[in-house]
Amino acid sequence: MSEALYSIAVEVNGTQRVDRVSARTSLVDWLREYLHLTGTHVGCEHGICGACSVMLDGEPVRSCLMYAVQADGHRIVTVEGLARPDGQLSILQDSFCEAHGLQCGYCTPGMLIAAQALLDTNPRPTDEQIRDAIAGNLCRCTGYQQIVDAIALAAERMAKGAT
Amino acid sequence: MKSPPFEYARAASIEEACELMHQHGDAAKIIAGGQSLVPMMAFRLLRPSWLIDINEIAALKFVAVETDAVRMGACTRQRVVARDDALAARVPLLRQALVCVGHTQTRNRGTVGGSLVHADPSAELPLVAQILEARLVLRAKSETRTLPAAEFFAGPMMTNLRADECLEEIQWPVWRERKTGSAFTEISRRHGDFAMVAAAAQIAVDDDGRCTRATFGVGGAAPAPVAFPELAQSLIGHRLDKTKSRAVAQEAAAALEPDSDIHASAAYRRHLAGVLAARVLLDAYDSARSAA
Repeated sequence: MSEALYSIAVEVNGTQRVDRVSARTSLVDWLREYLHLTGTHVGCEHGICGACSVMLDGEPVRSCLMYAVQADGHRIVTVEGLARPDGQLSILQDSFCEAHGLQCGYCTPGMLIAAQALLDTNPRPTDEQIRDAIAGNLCRCTGYQQIVDAIALAAERMAKGAT
Repeated sequence: MKSPPFEYARAASIEEACELMHQHGDAAKIIAGGQSLVPMMAFRLLRPSWLIDINEIAALKFVAVETDAVRMGACTRQRVVARDDALAARVPLLRQALVCVGHTQTRNRGTVGGSLVHADPSAELPLVAQILEARLVLRAKSETRTLPAAEFFAGPMMTNLRADECLEEIQWPVWRERKTGSAFTEISRRHGDFAMVAAAAQIAVDDDGRCTRATFGVGGAAPAPVAFPELAQSLIGHRLDKTKSRAVAQEAAAALEPDSDIHASAAYRRHLAGVLAARVLLDAYDSARSAA
């Protein structure tokens, strides 16, 4: 059976992307396999691990729990969209390096999206708020402490207007 | 872990969604937030031929705070409900319960209606709907009907929603008693997981601290969330202390027949039901007494 294809137009990291997809293509598969934006990771594929987190219209969601066809007309930001326009790491990304907020890196894109969403709405989060913001993201390496430290460091740097 | 093939229709209006459900019936499923439906399809537990997407229907996304009830569209995001201060002032249990529902990423996408229709026996919002006697407006192509929560939930992942119906609106009763308090709690392995057992209560008291109105219930310990109206009625006219709340909670727990599964044994679930029910009864009562 050949599957029907649906036309979609989605703004991804500021660029309008047009494609034709089968209904069952998940958003994360479309981002990775068709747009080759492989920064977003596929972990559990059923909404538990958070590795596939992306911003949908400015709010973090799990891209394995959405079909690409549902993103038609919407705005997506992936981890590739967090870096500065010149490709330099953002303050948040650099803070993850500085504070050793990653080891294997698998959960990192999801952690960065969750952390960015937190800092967008709450620039001075408490440790508890940081932990709550990343509660939907599993990390099997760091024990989370360095990730919390990294996000706190990023908030501190942003408050100082560091570049 | 990939969904099986299906055809997709994005409904532009509730009328169109009902028309599509009328055409496809059992072969179609409505997709709202998809936070439960998509995993079930990835696991191949469900293989609908059609998904009818209601996410773009603006008329299904609203919160209207009225005197006697808060009405909300079925596709209102859990995030929107959790953040709404006017709503939290009228139906505080919703925010209290939503803290326990999934995580930021799932609440951003997950909807109130989706959680009710999915009817997981451990889910938080069905329990709140059950104890507050929420009313659900079910729309079909040719007919609209309203069911109280008690008649809506039919068992584990089962409701009395007909194959051609779409949940359109949920009406949450507002208690207008000045001194009203509520509480929600649950035990789960990790924060955000489904509860092994959850409990919720809402109580109103007079100036002497005697209960004038009460409701409470337990989720995760029966095929559907259970309210205990007779036991709640027995609190009317009484002050509540540890002994009284424990006694009532024990009676409630004894009436449950939970199942054993990989997450918890029946005995442990019944034990939790008694402990948690006592806790929410006392917490709701204390918060009612301290209400201005």
